[in-house]
Amino acid sequence: MSALGVRLQGVRKSFGTKRVLDGVDIEVAPNSSLVILGGSGSGKSVTIKCILGLVQPDEGVIEIGGQDVTRMSRRDRLALMDRMGMLFQAGALFDSLPVWENVCFKLLAQKRITRAAARDRAAEVLAQVGLAASVGDLSPSELSGGMQKRVALARAVAARPDLIFFDEPTTGLDPIMGAVIDGLIVDCVQRLGATAISITHDMASARRIGERAAMIHHGRIVWTGAAAQLGDTGNAMVDQFARGEREGPIQMELRK
Amino acid sequence: MVGAALAGIGRPVLSACESVGRLALFAAEAVSNIIRPPFYARQFWRHFVEVAYFSLPVVALTALFTGMVLALQSYTGFARFNAQSAVASVVVLSVVRELGPVLAGLMVAGRIGAAMAAELGTMRVTDQIDALTTLSTDPMKYLVAPRILATTLALPLLVVVADILGVMGGYLIGTVKLGFVSAAYLDSTWDVLEAMDVISGLIKAAVFGFVIGLMGCWYGFHSKGGAQGVGLATTSAVVVASILILALDYVVTEAFFSP
Ligand SMILES: Nc1ncnc2c1ncn2[C@@H]1O[C@H](COP(=O)(O)OP(=O)(O)OP(=O)(O)O)[C@@H](O)[C@H]1O
Ligand SMILES: [Mg+2]
Repeated sequence: MSALGVRLQGVRKSFGTKRVLDGVDIEVAPNSSLVILGGSGSGKSVTIKCILGLVQPDEGVIEIGGQDVTRMSRRDRLALMDRMGMLFQAGALFDSLPVWENVCFKLLAQKRITRAAARDRAAEVLAQVGLAASVGDLSPSELSGGMQKRVALARAVAARPDLIFFDEPTTGLDPIMGAVIDGLIVDCVQRLGATAISITHDMASARRIGERAAMIHHGRIVWTGAAAQLGDTGNAMVDQFARGEREGPIQMELRK
Repeated sequence: MVGAALAGIGRPVLSACESVGRLALFAAEAVSNIIRPPFYARQFWRHFVEVAYFSLPVVALTALFTGMVLALQSYTGFARFNAQSAVASVVVLSVVRELGPVLAGLMVAGRIGAAMAAELGTMRVTDQIDALTTLSTDPMKYLVAPRILATTLALPLLVVVADILGVMGGYLIGTVKLGFVSAAYLDSTWDVLEAMDVISGLIKAAVFGFVIGLMGCWYGFHSKGGAQGVGLATTSAVVVASILILALDYVVTEAFFSP
Protein backbone atom coordinates (compact mmCIF):
# COMPACT_ATOMS: atom_id res chain seq x y z
CA MET A 1 0.00 0.00 0.00
CA SER A 2 1.20 3.45 -0.82
CA ALA A 3 1.07 6.47 1.43
CA LEU A 4 -1.67 8.98 0.83
CA GLY A 5 -1.15 12.66 0.09
CA VAL A 6 -3.64 15.28 1.21
CA ARG A 7 -4.63 18.55 -0.40
CA LEU A 8 -7.09 21.13 0.85
CA GLN A 9 -8.15 24.10 -1.19
CA GLY A 10 -10.40 26.92 -0.09
CA VAL A 11 -12.03 24.95 2.71
CA ARG A 12 -14.60 26.96 4.61
CA LYS A 13 -16.70 25.99 7.58
CA SER A 14 -19.05 27.92 9.82
CA PHE A 15 -20.91 26.80 12.90
CA GLY A 16 -24.07 28.86 12.92
CA THR A 17 -22.95 32.40 12.21
CA LYS A 18 -19.45 31.76 13.48
CA ARG A 19 -16.89 31.27 10.71
CA VAL A 20 -14.21 28.87 11.86
CA LEU A 21 -12.41 28.03 8.62
CA ASP A 22 -12.16 30.76 6.06
CA GLY A 23 -10.42 29.30 3.05
CA VAL A 24 -7.84 26.82 4.30
CA ASP A 25 -5.21 25.62 1.78
CA ILE A 26 -2.90 22.81 2.80
CA GLU A 27 -0.79 20.39 0.83
CA VAL A 28 0.86 17.35 2.34
CA ALA A 29 3.02 15.10 0.19
CA PRO A 30 2.69 11.32 0.54
CA ASN A 31 4.93 9.87 3.24
CA SER A 32 5.72 13.20 4.79
CA SER A 33 4.88 14.82 8.08
CA LEU A 34 3.10 18.11 8.60
CA VAL A 35 2.52 19.91 11.88
CA ILE A 36 -0.27 22.43 12.20
CA LEU A 37 0.19 25.26 14.66
CA GLY A 38 -2.19 27.93 15.80
CA GLY A 39 -3.81 29.56 18.76
CA SER A 40 -6.40 27.84 20.86
CA GLY A 41 -9.74 27.82 19.09
CA SER A 42 -8.24 28.74 15.73
CA GLY A 43 -9.79 25.74 13.98
CA LYS A 44 -7.01 23.15 13.95
CA SER A 45 -9.15 20.30 15.21
CA VAL A 46 -11.99 21.28 12.90
CA THR A 47 -9.56 21.20 9.96
CA ILE A 48 -8.58 17.61 10.52
CA LYS A 49 -12.15 16.60 11.27
CA CYS A 50 -13.03 18.01 7.86
CA ILE A 51 -10.32 15.92 6.21
CA LEU A 52 -11.62 12.82 7.98
CA GLY A 53 -15.18 13.59 6.96
CA LEU A 54 -16.41 13.89 10.55
CA VAL A 55 -17.31 17.52 9.87
CA GLN A 56 -18.82 18.46 6.53
CA PRO A 57 -17.13 21.58 5.11
CA ASP A 58 -19.39 24.24 3.62
CA GLU A 59 -17.12 24.87 0.65
CA GLY A 60 -13.81 23.82 -0.80
CA VAL A 61 -11.95 20.83 -2.14
CA ILE A 62 -10.43 18.08 0.00
CA GLU A 63 -8.36 15.50 -1.82
CA ILE A 64 -6.92 12.38 -0.27
CA GLY A 65 -4.67 10.29 -2.47
CA GLY A 66 -5.74 12.44 -5.43
CA GLN A 67 -9.49 11.78 -4.98
CA ASP A 68 -11.96 14.48 -4.00
CA VAL A 69 -13.51 13.07 -0.85
CA THR A 70 -16.27 15.65 -0.51
CA ARG A 71 -17.92 14.15 -3.57
CA MET A 72 -17.25 10.52 -2.83
CA SER A 73 -19.94 7.93 -2.20
CA ARG A 74 -20.34 6.76 1.38
CA ARG A 75 -18.90 3.37 0.53
CA ASP A 76 -15.75 4.69 -1.08
CA ARG A 77 -15.35 7.04 1.80
CA LEU A 78 -15.55 4.18 4.28
CA ALA A 79 -13.02 2.21 2.27
CA LEU A 80 -10.68 5.17 2.42
CA MET A 81 -11.33 5.61 6.14
CA ASP A 82 -10.01 2.11 6.53
CA ARG A 83 -6.55 3.40 5.67
CA MET A 84 -6.63 6.26 8.16
CA GLY A 85 -6.04 6.57 11.88
CA MET A 86 -6.86 9.38 14.26
CA LEU A 87 -5.78 10.36 17.73
CA PHE A 88 -8.47 12.58 19.22
CA GLN A 89 -7.48 15.53 21.33
CA ALA A 90 -9.31 14.17 24.37
CA GLY A 91 -8.52 10.52 23.65
CA ALA A 92 -12.11 9.43 22.99
CA LEU A 93 -11.45 5.96 24.38
CA PHE A 94 -14.46 3.65 24.60
CA ASP A 95 -15.09 3.41 28.31
CA SER A 96 -17.26 0.33 28.03
CA LEU A 97 -14.29 -1.70 26.77
CA PRO A 98 -11.01 -2.64 28.46
CA VAL A 99 -7.84 -1.00 27.21
CA TRP A 100 -6.70 -3.93 25.08
CA GLU A 101 -10.00 -4.05 23.20
CA ASN A 102 -9.74 -0.32 22.64
CA VAL A 103 -6.27 -0.68 21.17
CA CYS A 104 -7.24 -3.48 18.80
CA PHE A 105 -10.78 -2.26 18.18
CA LYS A 106 -10.48 -1.93 14.44
CA LEU A 107 -8.69 -5.24 13.95
CA LEU A 108 -11.34 -6.98 16.05
CA ALA A 109 -14.28 -5.22 14.43
CA GLN A 110 -13.06 -6.29 11.01
CA LYS A 111 -12.32 -9.80 12.26
CA ARG A 112 -8.76 -9.46 11.00
CA ILE A 113 -7.51 -11.01 14.21
CA THR A 114 -8.74 -13.42 16.90
CA ARG A 115 -9.42 -12.15 20.40
CA ALA A 116 -6.41 -14.07 21.73
CA ALA A 117 -4.11 -12.61 19.09
CA ALA A 118 -5.56 -9.16 19.74
CA ARG A 119 -4.38 -9.31 23.35
CA ASP A 120 -0.84 -10.02 22.21
CA ARG A 121 -0.97 -7.34 19.57
CA ALA A 122 -2.34 -4.86 22.12
CA ALA A 123 0.51 -5.65 24.51
CA GLU A 124 2.98 -5.07 21.70
CA VAL A 125 1.54 -1.68 20.73
CA LEU A 126 1.14 -0.65 24.36
CA ALA A 127 4.85 -1.34 24.86
CA GLN A 128 5.61 1.04 22.00
CA VAL A 129 3.86 3.84 23.88
CA GLY A 130 5.59 2.93 27.12
CA LEU A 131 2.77 1.07 28.84
CA ALA A 132 2.99 -2.34 30.51
CA ALA A 133 0.92 -5.20 29.13
CA SER A 134 -1.01 -5.32 32.42
CA VAL A 135 -2.52 -1.92 31.57
CA GLY A 136 -4.43 -3.76 28.85
CA ASP A 137 -6.82 -5.27 31.37
CA LEU A 138 -7.77 -1.98 32.99
CA SER A 139 -10.70 0.14 31.96
CA PRO A 140 -9.92 3.57 30.45
CA SER A 141 -11.46 5.32 33.46
CA GLU A 142 -8.81 3.74 35.68
CA LEU A 143 -5.98 5.45 33.79
CA SER A 144 -4.36 8.83 34.31
CA GLY A 145 -4.82 11.49 31.63
CA GLY A 146 -1.40 10.88 30.13
CA MET A 147 -1.93 7.14 30.08
CA GLN A 148 -5.27 7.59 28.32
CA LYS A 149 -3.56 9.70 25.72
CA ARG A 150 -0.99 7.00 25.09
CA VAL A 151 -3.63 4.31 24.85
CA ALA A 152 -5.50 6.47 22.35
CA LEU A 153 -2.27 6.85 20.42
CA ALA A 154 -1.76 3.10 20.47
CA ARG A 155 -5.29 2.66 19.12
CA ALA A 156 -4.66 5.14 16.32
CA VAL A 157 -1.57 3.32 15.06
CA ALA A 158 -2.45 -0.31 15.89
CA ALA A 159 -3.96 -1.08 12.48
CA ARG A 160 -0.96 0.48 10.69
CA PRO A 161 -2.80 3.20 8.79
CA ASP A 162 -1.39 4.95 5.72
CA LEU A 163 -2.58 8.36 6.84
CA ILE A 164 -2.53 9.30 10.51
CA PHE A 165 -3.82 12.35 12.34
CA PHE A 166 -2.50 13.28 15.76
CA ASP A 167 -4.43 15.96 17.63
CA GLU A 168 -2.04 17.14 20.33
CA PRO A 169 -0.26 13.83 20.88
CA THR A 170 2.08 15.04 23.62
CA THR A 171 -0.18 17.40 25.57
CA GLY A 172 -0.39 16.19 29.14
CA LEU A 173 2.69 13.97 28.96
CA ASP A 174 5.92 14.42 30.86
CA PRO A 175 8.88 15.60 28.72
CA ILE A 176 10.54 12.20 28.47
CA MET A 177 7.33 10.43 27.51
CA GLY A 178 6.68 13.27 25.06
CA ALA A 179 9.98 12.52 23.37
CA VAL A 180 9.15 8.80 23.25
CA ILE A 181 5.82 9.57 21.56
CA ASP A 182 7.50 11.92 19.11
CA GLY A 183 9.85 9.07 18.26
CA LEU A 184 6.89 6.79 17.65
CA ILE A 185 5.30 9.29 15.27
CA VAL A 186 8.55 9.74 13.34
CA ASP A 187 8.80 5.98 13.21
CA CYS A 188 5.31 5.67 11.69
CA VAL A 189 6.34 8.01 8.91
CA GLN A 190 9.87 6.77 8.28
CA ARG A 191 9.58 3.05 8.92
CA LEU A 192 5.94 2.33 8.09
CA GLY A 193 5.77 4.84 5.25
CA ALA A 194 2.67 6.64 6.49
CA THR A 195 1.70 10.27 6.02
CA ALA A 196 1.20 12.15 9.28
CA ILE A 197 -0.65 15.36 10.09
CA SER A 198 -0.18 16.50 13.65
CA ILE A 199 -1.43 19.37 15.75
CA THR A 200 0.80 20.52 18.55
CA HIS A 201 1.45 23.45 20.85
CA ASP A 202 4.88 22.15 21.79
CA MET A 203 7.58 23.71 19.58
CA ALA A 204 10.28 21.21 20.51
CA SER A 205 7.90 18.43 19.57
CA ALA A 206 6.89 20.24 16.37
CA ARG A 207 10.53 20.40 15.26
CA ARG A 208 11.03 16.72 16.04
CA ILE A 209 7.96 15.29 14.34
CA GLY A 210 7.34 17.74 11.51
CA GLU A 211 9.11 18.03 8.23
CA ARG A 212 6.91 20.92 7.32
CA ALA A 213 4.79 23.19 9.46
CA ALA A 214 1.75 25.33 8.76
CA MET A 215 0.30 28.03 10.92
CA ILE A 216 -3.42 28.71 11.04
CA HIS A 217 -4.79 32.06 12.18
CA HIS A 218 -8.31 33.44 11.88
CA GLY A 219 -9.36 30.45 9.81
CA ARG A 220 -6.60 30.70 7.20
CA ILE A 221 -3.15 29.27 6.72
CA VAL A 222 -0.88 32.26 7.17
CA TRP A 223 2.46 30.51 6.79
CA THR A 224 3.96 27.21 5.71
CA GLY A 225 7.61 26.27 5.82
CA ALA A 226 10.15 23.83 7.18
CA ALA A 227 9.42 22.77 10.74
CA ALA A 228 13.10 22.97 11.64
CA GLN A 229 13.01 26.74 11.15
CA LEU A 230 10.26 27.34 13.70
CA GLY A 231 11.17 30.26 15.92
CA ASP A 232 13.47 31.65 13.25
CA THR A 233 11.35 31.88 10.15
CA GLY A 234 11.42 35.61 9.51
CA ASN A 235 7.62 35.67 9.67
CA ALA A 236 6.85 37.88 12.64
CA MET A 237 3.60 36.12 13.48
CA VAL A 238 5.04 32.62 13.43
CA ASP A 239 8.13 33.63 15.34
CA GLN A 240 6.07 35.30 18.02
CA PHE A 241 3.92 32.20 18.32
CA ALA A 242 6.84 29.78 18.33
CA ARG A 243 8.74 31.76 20.96
CA GLY A 244 5.60 32.36 23.01
CA GLU A 245 6.06 36.13 23.25
CA ARG A 246 3.36 38.42 24.56
CA GLU A 247 4.17 41.31 22.27
CA GLY A 248 3.87 40.95 18.51
CA PRO A 249 1.46 40.94 15.60
CA ILE A 250 -0.84 38.40 17.27
CA GLN A 251 -2.72 40.22 19.98
CA MET A 252 -4.25 38.44 22.90
CA GLU A 253 -7.92 38.56 22.10
CA LEU A 254 -10.99 37.55 23.98
CA ARG A 255 -12.52 34.68 22.08
CA LYS A 256 -16.23 34.58 21.67
CA MET B 1 -49.06 41.50 8.25
CA VAL B 2 -50.85 38.30 7.32
CA GLY B 3 -47.67 37.06 5.69
CA ALA B 4 -45.70 37.60 8.89
CA ALA B 5 -48.36 35.84 10.93
CA LEU B 6 -48.38 32.91 8.52
CA ALA B 7 -44.59 32.73 8.64
CA GLY B 8 -44.82 32.75 12.43
CA ILE B 9 -47.05 29.68 12.32
CA GLY B 10 -45.34 28.09 9.36
CA ARG B 11 -41.82 28.09 10.70
CA PRO B 12 -42.42 25.97 13.80
CA VAL B 13 -44.67 23.65 11.83
CA LEU B 14 -42.00 23.22 9.18
CA SER B 15 -39.29 22.60 11.72
CA ALA B 16 -41.51 20.08 13.50
CA CYS B 17 -42.12 18.30 10.18
CA GLU B 18 -38.39 18.34 9.54
CA SER B 19 -37.64 16.74 12.92
CA VAL B 20 -40.25 14.06 12.35
CA GLY B 21 -38.79 13.39 8.91
CA ARG B 22 -35.29 13.08 10.30
CA LEU B 23 -36.48 10.76 13.03
CA ALA B 24 -38.24 8.60 10.45
CA LEU B 25 -35.05 8.40 8.39
CA PHE B 26 -33.07 7.53 11.51
CA ALA B 27 -35.55 4.77 12.35
CA ALA B 28 -35.44 3.42 8.80
CA GLU B 29 -31.65 3.39 8.82
CA ALA B 30 -31.65 1.64 12.19
CA VAL B 31 -34.01 -1.06 10.92
CA SER B 32 -32.00 -1.58 7.76
CA ASN B 33 -28.91 -1.99 9.93
CA ILE B 34 -30.70 -4.48 12.15
CA ILE B 35 -31.47 -6.77 9.23
CA ARG B 36 -28.23 -6.45 7.25
CA PRO B 37 -24.86 -7.89 8.33
CA PRO B 38 -22.41 -7.42 9.94
CA PHE B 39 -24.14 -8.10 13.25
CA TYR B 40 -22.57 -7.27 16.58
CA ALA B 41 -23.88 -10.16 18.65
CA ARG B 42 -21.76 -9.26 21.67
CA GLN B 43 -23.23 -5.77 21.76
CA PHE B 44 -26.75 -7.10 21.30
CA TRP B 45 -26.37 -9.59 24.10
CA ARG B 46 -24.98 -7.01 26.51
CA HIS B 47 -28.01 -4.77 26.01
CA PHE B 48 -30.51 -7.61 25.90
CA VAL B 49 -29.37 -8.83 29.31
CA GLU B 50 -29.46 -5.30 30.63
CA VAL B 51 -33.01 -4.74 29.42
CA ALA B 52 -34.58 -8.15 29.96
CA TYR B 53 -32.85 -9.44 33.06
CA PHE B 54 -32.06 -6.33 35.06
CA SER B 55 -35.48 -4.79 34.48
CA LEU B 56 -37.20 -7.89 35.90
CA PRO B 57 -37.47 -6.72 39.53
CA VAL B 58 -38.93 -3.33 38.63
CA VAL B 59 -41.41 -4.73 36.15
CA ALA B 60 -42.37 -7.64 38.38
CA LEU B 61 -43.09 -5.47 41.41
CA THR B 62 -45.05 -2.97 39.36
CA ALA B 63 -47.20 -5.69 37.83
CA LEU B 64 -47.78 -7.51 41.13
CA PHE B 65 -49.01 -4.44 42.96
CA THR B 66 -51.08 -3.30 40.02
CA GLY B 67 -52.86 -6.66 39.92
CA MET B 68 -53.52 -6.44 43.64
CA VAL B 69 -54.87 -2.91 43.46
CA LEU B 70 -56.97 -3.77 40.46
CA ALA B 71 -58.66 -6.69 42.24
CA LEU B 72 -59.40 -4.57 45.29
CA GLN B 73 -60.68 -1.61 43.32
CA SER B 74 -62.86 -3.55 40.94
CA TYR B 75 -64.30 -5.61 43.82
CA THR B 76 -65.38 -2.57 45.82
CA GLY B 77 -66.52 -0.76 42.68
CA PHE B 78 -68.47 -3.68 41.25
CA ALA B 79 -70.09 -4.38 44.62
CA ARG B 80 -72.25 -1.34 43.99
CA PHE B 81 -74.10 -3.20 41.24
CA ASN B 82 -73.58 -6.73 42.48
CA ALA B 83 -71.03 -7.67 39.83
CA GLN B 84 -68.21 -8.83 42.14
CA SER B 85 -67.92 -12.10 40.27
CA ALA B 86 -66.38 -10.23 37.32
CA VAL B 87 -63.24 -9.38 39.29
CA ALA B 88 -61.10 -12.21 37.89
CA SER B 89 -62.06 -11.40 34.29
CA VAL B 90 -61.46 -7.71 34.75
CA VAL B 91 -58.06 -8.28 36.29
CA VAL B 92 -56.81 -10.65 33.62
CA LEU B 93 -58.12 -8.64 30.69
CA SER B 94 -56.85 -5.30 31.95
CA VAL B 95 -53.47 -6.69 32.83
CA VAL B 96 -52.86 -8.72 29.69
CA ARG B 97 -54.30 -6.30 27.16
CA GLU B 98 -53.36 -3.02 28.72
CA LEU B 99 -51.58 -2.59 32.00
CA GLY B 100 -48.87 -5.21 31.52
CA PRO B 101 -47.49 -3.72 28.31
CA VAL B 102 -48.02 -0.08 29.25
CA LEU B 103 -46.59 -0.25 32.75
CA ALA B 104 -43.66 -2.41 31.68
CA GLY B 105 -43.07 0.02 28.80
CA LEU B 106 -43.11 3.05 31.07
CA MET B 107 -40.82 1.43 33.64
CA VAL B 108 -38.34 0.33 30.98
CA ALA B 109 -38.50 3.74 29.31
CA GLY B 110 -37.43 5.28 32.59
CA ARG B 111 -34.70 2.76 33.23
CA ILE B 112 -33.30 1.89 29.82
CA GLY B 113 -34.29 4.83 27.62
CA ALA B 114 -32.55 7.15 30.05
CA ALA B 115 -29.47 4.96 30.31
CA MET B 116 -29.14 4.67 26.54
CA ALA B 117 -29.53 8.39 25.95
CA ALA B 118 -26.98 9.14 28.66
CA GLU B 119 -24.45 6.61 27.38
CA LEU B 120 -24.70 7.58 23.73
CA GLY B 121 -24.87 11.26 24.63
CA THR B 122 -21.64 11.00 26.58
CA MET B 123 -20.06 9.11 23.72
CA ARG B 124 -21.14 11.86 21.36
CA VAL B 125 -19.80 14.78 23.38
CA THR B 126 -16.50 13.00 24.11
CA ASP B 127 -15.92 12.22 20.41
CA GLN B 128 -16.30 8.48 20.95
CA ILE B 129 -18.89 8.22 18.19
CA ASP B 130 -16.55 10.00 15.78
CA ALA B 131 -13.77 7.71 16.96
CA LEU B 132 -15.88 4.70 15.97
CA THR B 133 -16.18 6.07 12.46
CA THR B 134 -12.42 6.54 12.21
CA LEU B 135 -12.05 2.92 13.27
CA SER B 136 -14.10 1.83 10.25
CA THR B 137 -17.14 0.94 12.32
CA ASP B 138 -20.55 2.33 11.47
CA PRO B 139 -22.00 3.79 14.69
CA MET B 140 -25.54 3.09 13.47
CA LYS B 141 -24.63 -0.55 13.21
CA TYR B 142 -22.47 -0.88 16.27
CA LEU B 143 -24.33 1.35 18.71
CA VAL B 144 -27.88 1.91 17.52
CA ALA B 145 -28.99 -1.34 15.85
CA PRO B 146 -28.12 -3.71 18.75
CA ARG B 147 -29.78 -1.43 21.30
CA ILE B 148 -33.05 -1.09 19.39
CA LEU B 149 -33.14 -4.80 18.63
CA ALA B 150 -32.52 -5.59 22.30
CA THR B 151 -35.37 -3.43 23.60
CA THR B 152 -37.74 -4.66 20.89
CA LEU B 153 -37.14 -8.31 21.72
CA ALA B 154 -36.80 -7.95 25.48
CA LEU B 155 -39.98 -6.07 26.17
CA PRO B 156 -42.38 -8.88 25.10
CA LEU B 157 -40.50 -11.23 27.43
CA LEU B 158 -40.85 -8.78 30.28
CA VAL B 159 -44.52 -8.40 29.50
CA VAL B 160 -45.07 -12.15 29.77
CA VAL B 161 -43.65 -11.94 33.27
CA ALA B 162 -45.69 -8.84 34.03
CA ASP B 163 -48.89 -10.56 32.84
CA ILE B 164 -48.29 -13.58 35.04
CA LEU B 165 -47.45 -11.54 38.10
CA GLY B 166 -50.30 -9.10 37.55
CA VAL B 167 -52.80 -11.96 37.42
CA MET B 168 -51.13 -13.51 40.46
CA GLY B 169 -51.51 -10.26 42.36
CA GLY B 170 -55.21 -10.25 41.61
CA TYR B 171 -55.52 -13.90 42.57
CA LEU B 172 -53.73 -13.28 45.82
CA ILE B 173 -56.06 -10.51 46.90
CA GLY B 174 -59.09 -12.31 45.48
CA THR B 175 -58.54 -15.50 47.42
CA VAL B 176 -56.91 -14.22 50.58
CA LYS B 177 -58.90 -11.06 51.14
CA LEU B 178 -62.03 -11.07 49.03
CA GLY B 179 -63.15 -14.61 49.74
CA PHE B 180 -63.01 -16.09 46.21
CA VAL B 181 -62.52 -19.83 45.92
CA SER B 182 -59.15 -20.47 44.37
CA ALA B 183 -60.30 -22.85 41.62
CA ALA B 184 -63.27 -20.69 40.69
CA TYR B 185 -61.10 -17.58 40.44
CA LEU B 186 -58.63 -19.35 38.17
CA ASP B 187 -61.43 -20.82 36.07
CA SER B 188 -62.99 -17.46 35.37
CA THR B 189 -59.52 -16.10 34.59
CA TRP B 190 -58.91 -18.79 31.97
CA ASP B 191 -62.40 -18.78 30.56
CA VAL B 192 -62.38 -15.16 29.58
CA LEU B 193 -58.86 -15.02 28.18
CA GLU B 194 -58.44 -15.32 24.41
CA ALA B 195 -55.30 -15.75 22.37
CA MET B 196 -55.81 -12.35 20.78
CA ASP B 197 -55.66 -10.67 24.17
CA VAL B 198 -52.19 -12.04 24.78
CA ILE B 199 -50.98 -11.51 21.23
CA SER B 200 -52.11 -7.90 21.09
CA GLY B 201 -50.36 -7.28 24.40
CA LEU B 202 -47.13 -8.76 23.13
CA ILE B 203 -47.29 -6.76 19.91
CA LYS B 204 -47.80 -3.65 21.97
CA ALA B 205 -44.77 -4.62 23.99
CA ALA B 206 -42.61 -5.00 20.89
CA VAL B 207 -43.77 -1.63 19.58
CA PHE B 208 -43.05 0.03 22.92
CA GLY B 209 -39.65 -1.65 23.06
CA PHE B 210 -38.81 -0.30 19.64
CA VAL B 211 -39.91 3.18 20.67
CA ILE B 212 -37.85 3.09 23.86
CA GLY B 213 -34.69 2.02 22.05
CA LEU B 214 -35.30 4.44 19.20
CA MET B 215 -35.82 7.47 21.43
CA GLY B 216 -32.90 6.60 23.70
CA CYS B 217 -30.60 6.28 20.69
CA TRP B 218 -32.00 9.26 18.82
CA TYR B 219 -31.62 11.73 21.67
CA GLY B 220 -28.28 10.30 22.77
CA PHE B 221 -26.89 10.24 19.25
CA HIS B 222 -27.82 13.85 18.59
CA SER B 223 -26.98 15.40 21.92
CA LYS B 224 -24.51 18.24 22.04
CA GLY B 225 -23.07 20.72 24.45
CA GLY B 226 -21.41 18.76 27.24
CA ALA B 227 -22.94 17.48 30.46
CA GLN B 228 -25.94 19.77 30.21
CA GLY B 229 -26.73 18.53 26.71
CA VAL B 230 -26.51 14.94 27.86
CA GLY B 231 -28.90 15.69 30.72
CA LEU B 232 -31.36 17.24 28.34
CA ALA B 233 -31.09 14.28 25.97
CA THR B 234 -31.81 11.89 28.83
CA THR B 235 -34.90 13.76 29.95
CA SER B 236 -36.22 14.13 26.41
CA ALA B 237 -35.71 10.45 25.65
CA VAL B 238 -37.78 9.39 28.67
CA VAL B 239 -40.52 11.98 28.27
CA VAL B 240 -40.99 11.49 24.53
CA ALA B 241 -40.84 7.70 24.77
CA SER B 242 -43.45 7.73 27.55
CA ILE B 243 -45.83 9.93 25.61
CA LEU B 244 -45.35 7.86 22.46
CA ILE B 245 -46.03 4.68 24.42
CA LEU B 246 -49.38 6.02 25.61
CA ALA B 247 -50.29 7.35 22.16
CA LEU B 248 -49.26 4.18 20.33
CA ASP B 249 -51.11 2.15 22.94
CA TYR B 250 -54.27 3.75 21.66
CA VAL B 251 -53.31 3.16 18.04
CA VAL B 252 -52.59 -0.54 18.53
CA THR B 253 -55.70 -1.04 20.66
CA GLU B 254 -57.78 0.62 17.96
CA ALA B 255 -56.23 -1.65 15.33
CA PHE B 256 -57.02 -4.81 17.29
CA PHE B 257 -60.22 -4.17 19.15
CA SER B 258 -62.09 -1.40 17.41
CA PRO B 259 -65.74 -2.48 17.48
N1 LIG C 1 -19.27 21.07 16.75
C1 LIG C 1 -19.06 22.39 16.91
N2 LIG C 1 -20.10 23.22 17.03
C2 LIG C 1 -19.92 24.55 17.18
N3 LIG C 1 -18.72 25.14 17.21
C3 LIG C 1 -17.63 24.38 17.10
C4 LIG C 1 -17.73 22.95 16.95
N4 LIG C 1 -16.50 22.44 16.86
C5 LIG C 1 -15.66 23.48 16.96
N5 LIG C 1 -16.32 24.65 17.11
C6 LIG C 1 -15.73 25.99 17.23
O1 LIG C 1 -14.72 26.10 16.25
C7 LIG C 1 -13.61 26.78 16.76
C8 LIG C 1 -12.35 26.01 16.47
O2 LIG C 1 -12.37 24.82 17.22
P1 LIG C 1 -11.18 23.78 17.19
O3 LIG C 1 -11.58 22.65 18.08
O4 LIG C 1 -10.81 23.46 15.80
O5 LIG C 1 -10.00 24.62 17.87
P2 LIG C 1 -8.48 24.19 17.98
O6 LIG C 1 -7.73 25.03 17.03
O7 LIG C 1 -8.34 22.73 17.86
O8 LIG C 1 -8.17 24.70 19.46
P3 LIG C 1 -7.35 23.95 20.62
O9 LIG C 1 -5.93 24.22 20.39
O10 LIG C 1 -7.85 24.63 21.85
O11 LIG C 1 -7.69 22.51 20.55
C9 LIG C 1 -13.85 27.00 18.24
O12 LIG C 1 -14.13 28.35 18.44
C10 LIG C 1 -15.06 26.18 18.56
O13 LIG C 1 -15.88 26.88 19.44
MG1 LIG D 1 -8.10 21.20 19.07
